[in-house]
Amino acid sequence: MIVAGFYLGWIMTDIPGFTPTKLKYFSWHKWIGVTVFALAVIRLAWRLTHRAPEMPLGMAPLQKLAAEAAHVMLYALMLVIPISGYLYSSAAGIQVVYLGIVPLPTLIGPDTALKAMLRIVHIWLNYTLLALVTVHVLAALKHHFVDRDGLLARMIPFLK
Amino acid sequence: MKTPFLRWILAATTVASLSLGAAHAQVDTSKSTVTAISKQMNVPVDGTFKKFTAQLNFDPAKPAAGSAKLTIDTASYDLGDESYNAQVRGKDWFDAAQYPNATFVSSAIAPAGGNQFKVSGTLTIKGKSENVTVPVTVAQQGSTQSFDGALPIKRSQFDIGTGEWKDTSVVADEVVIKFHIVANKK
Repeated sequence: MIVAGFYLGWIMTDIPGFTPTKLKYFSWHKWIGVTVFALAVIRLAWRLTHRAPEMPLGMAPLQKLAAEAAHVMLYALMLVIPISGYLYSSAAGIQVVYLGIVPLPTLIGPDTALKAMLRIVHIWLNYTLLALVTVHVLAALKHHFVDRDGLLARMIPFLK
Repeated sequence: MKTPFLRWILAATTVASLSLGAAHAQVDTSKSTVTAISKQMNVPVDGTFKKFTAQLNFDPAKPAAGSAKLTIDTASYDLGDESYNAQVRGKDWFDAAQYPNATFVSSAIAPAGGNQFKVSGTLTIKGKSENVTVPVTVAQQGSTQSFDGALPIKRSQFDIGTGEWKDTSVVADEVVIKFHIVANKK
Protein backbone atom coordinates (compact mmCIF):
# COMPACT_ATOMS: atom_id res chain seq x y z
CA MET A 1 0.00 0.00 0.00
CA ILE A 2 2.89 2.33 0.76
CA VAL A 3 4.37 1.43 -2.62
CA ALA A 4 1.05 2.23 -4.34
CA GLY A 5 0.79 5.56 -2.51
CA PHE A 6 4.36 6.42 -3.39
CA TYR A 7 3.89 5.46 -7.03
CA LEU A 8 0.66 7.47 -7.37
CA GLY A 9 2.35 10.46 -5.75
CA TRP A 10 5.21 10.10 -8.18
CA ILE A 11 3.09 10.00 -11.35
CA MET A 12 0.23 12.30 -10.37
CA THR A 13 2.55 15.25 -9.82
CA ASP A 14 3.97 14.71 -13.32
CA ILE A 15 0.56 15.16 -14.97
CA PRO A 16 0.64 18.67 -16.39
CA GLY A 17 -2.17 21.13 -15.63
CA PHE A 18 -5.39 19.90 -14.24
CA THR A 19 -7.23 16.84 -15.51
CA PRO A 20 -9.93 14.49 -14.16
CA THR A 21 -7.33 11.71 -13.97
CA LYS A 22 -5.10 13.92 -11.86
CA LEU A 23 -7.95 14.72 -9.46
CA LYS A 24 -8.76 11.02 -9.13
CA TYR A 25 -5.13 10.13 -8.46
CA PHE A 26 -4.87 12.88 -5.85
CA SER A 27 -7.94 11.54 -4.05
CA TRP A 28 -6.74 7.94 -4.19
CA HIS A 29 -3.30 9.00 -3.00
CA LYS A 30 -4.87 10.74 0.01
CA TRP A 31 -7.10 7.77 0.83
CA ILE A 32 -4.06 5.48 0.72
CA GLY A 33 -2.16 7.90 2.97
CA VAL A 34 -4.95 7.91 5.55
CA THR A 35 -5.10 4.10 5.45
CA VAL A 36 -1.33 3.76 5.81
CA PHE A 37 -1.41 6.12 8.78
CA ALA A 38 -4.19 4.16 10.51
CA LEU A 39 -2.42 0.84 9.92
CA ALA A 40 0.92 2.30 11.06
CA VAL A 41 -0.70 3.43 14.32
CA ILE A 42 -2.04 -0.09 14.90
CA ARG A 43 1.33 -1.59 14.00
CA LEU A 44 3.14 0.75 16.35
CA ALA A 45 0.71 0.02 19.18
CA TRP A 46 1.42 -3.68 18.65
CA ARG A 47 5.16 -3.10 18.58
CA LEU A 48 5.06 -1.10 21.81
CA THR A 49 3.05 -3.73 23.68
CA HIS A 50 4.90 -6.77 22.28
CA ARG A 51 8.58 -7.53 22.36
CA ALA A 52 10.23 -7.69 18.97
CA PRO A 53 12.20 -10.89 18.31
CA GLU A 54 15.86 -10.75 19.24
CA MET A 55 18.37 -9.80 16.60
CA PRO A 56 20.42 -12.70 15.21
CA LEU A 57 23.48 -13.75 17.19
CA GLY A 58 26.77 -12.70 15.77
CA MET A 59 25.65 -9.21 14.73
CA ALA A 60 28.18 -6.52 15.60
CA PRO A 61 26.93 -3.98 18.17
CA LEU A 62 27.23 -1.20 15.62
CA GLN A 63 25.14 -3.18 13.15
CA LYS A 64 22.51 -3.75 15.81
CA LEU A 65 22.43 -0.06 16.56
CA ALA A 66 22.09 0.76 12.85
CA ALA A 67 19.28 -1.75 12.45
CA GLU A 68 17.51 -0.36 15.51
CA ALA A 69 17.84 3.22 14.22
CA ALA A 70 16.62 2.27 10.76
CA HIS A 71 13.55 0.56 12.21
CA VAL A 72 12.71 3.56 14.40
CA MET A 73 13.04 5.79 11.34
CA LEU A 74 10.81 3.54 9.25
CA TYR A 75 8.08 3.65 11.87
CA ALA A 76 8.46 7.41 12.26
CA LEU A 77 8.18 7.98 8.50
CA MET A 78 5.10 5.74 8.22
CA LEU A 79 3.42 8.18 10.59
CA VAL A 80 5.02 11.50 9.65
CA ILE A 81 4.68 11.17 5.87
CA PRO A 82 0.88 10.83 5.91
CA ILE A 83 0.67 13.64 8.48
CA SER A 84 2.80 15.97 6.34
CA GLY A 85 0.67 15.14 3.29
CA TYR A 86 -2.52 15.68 5.22
CA LEU A 87 -1.36 19.07 6.49
CA TYR A 88 -0.20 19.97 2.98
CA SER A 89 -3.71 19.28 1.71
CA SER A 90 -5.19 21.36 4.55
CA ALA A 91 -2.81 24.24 3.83
CA ALA A 92 -3.86 24.07 0.18
CA GLY A 93 -7.45 24.56 1.38
CA ILE A 94 -8.54 21.09 0.27
CA GLN A 95 -10.28 18.85 2.74
CA VAL A 96 -9.64 15.12 2.74
CA VAL A 97 -12.81 13.06 2.35
CA TYR A 98 -11.81 9.46 3.09
CA LEU A 99 -12.98 7.14 0.30
CA GLY A 100 -15.19 10.01 -0.84
CA ILE A 101 -17.48 9.24 2.10
CA VAL A 102 -15.98 10.35 5.41
CA PRO A 103 -15.05 14.04 5.60
CA LEU A 104 -11.98 14.42 7.81
CA PRO A 105 -11.29 17.66 9.65
CA THR A 106 -8.96 20.23 8.12
CA LEU A 107 -6.35 20.76 10.81
CA ILE A 108 -4.97 24.04 9.54
CA GLY A 109 -6.42 26.83 7.41
CA PRO A 110 -5.32 27.69 3.88
CA ASP A 111 -1.81 29.14 3.98
CA THR A 112 0.26 29.67 0.84
CA ALA A 113 3.66 29.89 2.57
CA LEU A 114 3.00 26.85 4.74
CA LYS A 115 1.70 24.97 1.72
CA ALA A 116 4.95 25.51 -0.20
CA MET A 117 6.96 24.45 2.85
CA LEU A 118 4.88 21.32 3.52
CA ARG A 119 5.14 20.33 -0.12
CA ILE A 120 8.94 20.22 0.14
CA VAL A 121 8.80 18.46 3.51
CA HIS A 122 6.40 15.81 2.15
CA ILE A 123 8.58 15.19 -0.90
CA TRP A 124 11.86 14.94 1.00
CA LEU A 125 10.42 12.69 3.71
CA ASN A 126 9.39 10.40 0.87
CA TYR A 127 12.87 10.40 -0.66
CA THR A 128 14.19 9.54 2.80
CA LEU A 129 11.69 6.69 3.01
CA LEU A 130 12.72 5.45 -0.43
CA ALA A 131 16.39 5.45 0.64
CA LEU A 132 15.60 3.69 3.93
CA VAL A 133 13.45 1.05 2.29
CA THR A 134 16.26 0.40 -0.20
CA VAL A 135 18.76 0.00 2.64
CA HIS A 136 16.27 -2.21 4.54
CA VAL A 137 15.83 -4.50 1.53
CA LEU A 138 19.57 -4.66 0.81
CA ALA A 139 20.27 -5.42 4.48
CA ALA A 140 17.65 -8.17 4.52
CA LEU A 141 19.16 -9.69 1.37
CA LYS A 142 22.62 -9.53 2.92
CA HIS A 143 21.32 -11.38 6.00
CA HIS A 144 19.81 -14.00 3.72
CA PHE A 145 22.51 -14.56 1.16
CA VAL A 146 25.71 -13.47 2.92
CA ASP A 147 25.16 -14.09 6.63
CA ARG A 148 22.67 -16.93 6.02
CA ASP A 149 21.20 -16.33 9.48
CA GLY A 150 17.57 -16.99 8.60
CA LEU A 151 16.47 -13.42 9.32
CA LEU A 152 14.57 -12.96 6.08
CA ALA A 153 12.66 -16.19 6.65
CA ARG A 154 11.49 -14.69 9.94
CA MET A 155 9.91 -11.77 8.09
CA ILE A 156 8.51 -13.86 5.25
CA PRO A 157 7.02 -17.01 6.84
CA PHE A 158 6.94 -19.33 3.84
CA LEU A 159 10.46 -18.69 2.66
CA LYS A 160 12.05 -21.60 4.55
CA MET B 1 -43.42 75.99 -25.78
CA LYS B 2 -41.58 77.56 -22.90
CA THR B 3 -44.30 77.08 -20.39
CA PRO B 4 -44.33 76.44 -16.67
CA PHE B 5 -45.76 73.03 -17.59
CA LEU B 6 -42.55 71.92 -19.28
CA ARG B 7 -40.52 73.20 -16.41
CA TRP B 8 -42.79 71.29 -14.07
CA ILE B 9 -42.24 68.07 -16.02
CA LEU B 10 -38.51 68.64 -16.00
CA ALA B 11 -38.52 69.25 -12.26
CA ALA B 12 -40.73 66.23 -11.67
CA THR B 13 -38.51 63.88 -13.63
CA THR B 14 -35.44 65.23 -11.86
CA VAL B 15 -37.02 64.65 -8.49
CA ALA B 16 -38.25 61.23 -9.58
CA SER B 17 -34.82 60.12 -10.76
CA LEU B 18 -33.25 61.48 -7.60
CA SER B 19 -35.68 59.65 -5.37
CA LEU B 20 -35.22 56.51 -7.48
CA GLY B 21 -31.49 56.85 -7.00
CA ALA B 22 -32.01 57.24 -3.28
CA ALA B 23 -33.98 54.02 -3.17
CA HIS B 24 -31.01 52.17 -4.61
CA ALA B 25 -28.85 50.80 -1.88
CA GLN B 26 -25.10 51.21 -2.14
CA VAL B 27 -23.56 47.75 -2.23
CA ASP B 28 -20.39 47.40 -0.21
CA THR B 29 -18.39 44.93 -2.32
CA SER B 30 -15.58 44.82 0.23
CA LYS B 31 -17.95 43.24 2.73
CA SER B 32 -19.90 41.17 0.22
CA THR B 33 -18.92 37.77 -1.06
CA VAL B 34 -20.01 35.53 -3.91
CA THR B 35 -18.75 31.96 -3.65
CA ALA B 36 -19.23 28.90 -5.80
CA ILE B 37 -18.76 25.56 -4.05
CA SER B 38 -18.13 22.53 -6.22
CA LYS B 39 -17.44 18.96 -5.20
CA GLN B 40 -14.41 17.11 -6.51
CA MET B 41 -14.56 13.41 -5.64
CA ASN B 42 -16.96 14.51 -2.89
CA VAL B 43 -14.47 17.04 -1.54
CA PRO B 44 -16.11 20.45 -1.21
CA VAL B 45 -13.98 23.07 -2.96
CA ASP B 46 -14.69 26.76 -2.40
CA GLY B 47 -13.86 29.45 -4.87
CA THR B 48 -14.71 33.11 -4.57
CA PHE B 49 -15.44 35.66 -7.24
CA LYS B 50 -13.13 38.54 -6.41
CA LYS B 51 -14.87 41.00 -8.73
CA PHE B 52 -18.56 41.63 -9.08
CA THR B 53 -21.02 44.48 -9.00
CA ALA B 54 -24.56 44.52 -7.65
CA GLN B 55 -27.47 46.90 -7.94
CA LEU B 56 -30.08 46.42 -5.28
CA ASN B 57 -33.30 48.16 -4.57
CA PHE B 58 -35.16 46.53 -1.76
CA ASP B 59 -37.60 47.57 0.90
CA PRO B 60 -38.77 44.67 3.13
CA ALA B 61 -42.13 46.44 3.44
CA LYS B 62 -42.58 46.43 -0.34
CA PRO B 63 -40.73 43.34 -1.58
CA ALA B 64 -42.61 43.17 -4.88
CA ALA B 65 -41.24 46.58 -5.83
CA GLY B 66 -37.67 45.47 -5.23
CA SER B 67 -35.10 44.45 -7.76
CA ALA B 68 -31.64 42.99 -7.87
CA LYS B 69 -28.96 42.73 -10.51
CA LEU B 70 -25.64 41.02 -10.08
CA THR B 71 -22.82 41.06 -12.57
CA ILE B 72 -19.95 38.71 -11.85
CA ASP B 73 -16.52 38.81 -13.44
CA THR B 74 -15.96 35.13 -14.29
CA ALA B 75 -12.20 35.65 -14.72
CA SER B 76 -11.98 36.65 -11.06
CA TYR B 77 -12.87 33.16 -9.76
CA ASP B 78 -10.21 32.27 -7.22
CA LEU B 79 -9.65 28.70 -6.03
CA GLY B 80 -6.56 29.67 -4.08
CA ASP B 81 -4.11 28.35 -6.66
CA GLU B 82 -3.17 30.26 -9.81
CA SER B 83 -2.76 27.15 -11.96
CA TYR B 84 -6.31 26.08 -11.07
CA ASN B 85 -7.61 29.61 -11.64
CA ALA B 86 -6.05 29.70 -15.10
CA GLN B 87 -7.72 26.37 -15.84
CA VAL B 88 -11.23 27.50 -14.85
CA ARG B 89 -10.88 30.69 -16.90
CA GLY B 90 -10.30 28.47 -19.93
CA LYS B 91 -12.68 27.28 -22.63
CA ASP B 92 -13.78 24.08 -20.83
CA TRP B 93 -15.02 26.05 -17.84
CA PHE B 94 -16.02 29.72 -17.77
CA ASP B 95 -14.40 30.64 -21.09
CA ALA B 96 -13.85 34.06 -19.53
CA ALA B 97 -12.38 35.53 -22.72
CA GLN B 98 -15.62 34.86 -24.59
CA TYR B 99 -18.03 35.28 -21.68
CA PRO B 100 -16.48 37.72 -19.22
CA ASN B 101 -19.64 38.15 -17.16
CA ALA B 102 -22.19 35.99 -15.45
CA THR B 103 -25.36 37.83 -14.47
CA PHE B 104 -28.43 37.47 -12.35
CA VAL B 105 -31.37 39.79 -13.04
CA SER B 106 -34.39 39.52 -10.79
CA SER B 107 -37.88 39.46 -12.21
CA ALA B 108 -39.96 39.06 -9.05
CA ILE B 109 -39.51 39.12 -5.30
CA ALA B 110 -42.06 37.49 -3.04
CA PRO B 111 -42.19 37.33 0.75
CA ALA B 112 -41.65 33.86 2.20
CA GLY B 113 -42.35 34.56 5.86
CA GLY B 114 -40.32 36.51 8.39
CA ASN B 115 -37.12 37.85 6.91
CA GLN B 116 -37.18 35.30 4.10
CA PHE B 117 -37.88 36.23 0.52
CA LYS B 118 -38.01 34.29 -2.70
CA VAL B 119 -36.16 36.03 -5.47
CA SER B 120 -36.90 34.82 -8.99
CA GLY B 121 -34.93 35.84 -12.00
CA THR B 122 -32.68 34.91 -14.85
CA LEU B 123 -29.24 33.49 -14.25
CA THR B 124 -26.92 33.72 -17.22
CA ILE B 125 -23.58 31.94 -17.26
CA LYS B 126 -21.47 31.31 -20.34
CA GLY B 127 -24.23 32.68 -22.54
CA LYS B 128 -26.80 30.18 -21.23
CA SER B 129 -29.81 31.49 -19.33
CA GLU B 130 -31.96 29.68 -16.81
CA ASN B 131 -34.88 30.87 -14.72
CA VAL B 132 -34.11 30.34 -11.07
CA THR B 133 -35.67 31.11 -7.71
CA VAL B 134 -33.42 31.61 -4.74
CA PRO B 135 -34.45 31.92 -1.10
CA VAL B 136 -32.85 34.99 0.44
CA THR B 137 -32.57 35.96 4.08
CA VAL B 138 -32.58 39.68 4.68
CA ALA B 139 -31.15 41.26 7.79
CA GLN B 140 -31.41 44.91 8.60
CA GLN B 141 -29.07 46.68 10.98
CA GLY B 142 -29.45 50.42 11.11
CA SER B 143 -28.93 51.63 7.57
CA THR B 144 -27.13 48.42 6.58
CA GLN B 145 -28.94 45.60 4.85
CA SER B 146 -27.49 42.18 4.26
CA PHE B 147 -28.75 39.54 1.87
CA ASP B 148 -27.76 35.91 2.27
CA GLY B 149 -28.64 32.98 0.11
CA ALA B 150 -27.50 29.82 -1.58
CA LEU B 151 -28.53 28.59 -4.99
CA PRO B 152 -27.74 25.06 -6.15
CA ILE B 153 -27.32 24.86 -9.92
CA LYS B 154 -26.33 22.17 -12.37
CA ARG B 155 -23.09 23.11 -14.08
CA SER B 156 -23.99 20.99 -17.11
CA GLN B 157 -26.94 23.31 -17.86
CA PHE B 158 -24.47 26.12 -18.39
CA ASP B 159 -21.81 24.07 -20.22
CA ILE B 160 -19.43 24.62 -17.33
CA GLY B 161 -16.90 21.82 -17.57
CA THR B 162 -16.95 20.45 -21.10
CA GLY B 163 -14.87 17.77 -22.79
CA GLU B 164 -13.27 15.38 -20.33
CA TRP B 165 -14.77 17.38 -17.45
CA LYS B 166 -18.31 16.35 -18.40
CA ASP B 167 -17.67 13.32 -16.20
CA THR B 168 -19.64 14.25 -13.08
CA SER B 169 -18.07 11.45 -11.03
CA VAL B 170 -14.99 13.63 -10.63
CA VAL B 171 -16.52 17.09 -10.43
CA ALA B 172 -20.16 16.83 -9.36
CA ASP B 173 -22.85 18.37 -11.53
CA GLU B 174 -24.30 20.30 -8.63
CA VAL B 175 -22.55 23.52 -7.72
CA VAL B 176 -23.81 25.78 -4.96
CA ILE B 177 -23.58 29.52 -5.47
CA LYS B 178 -23.51 31.26 -2.11
CA PHE B 179 -23.74 34.98 -1.64
CA HIS B 180 -23.56 37.47 1.15
CA ILE B 181 -24.35 40.97 -0.07
CA VAL B 182 -24.02 43.96 2.23
CA ALA B 183 -25.63 47.23 1.21
CA ASN B 184 -25.86 50.63 2.82
CA LYS B 185 -28.96 52.70 2.28
CA LYS B 186 -28.17 56.14 1.02
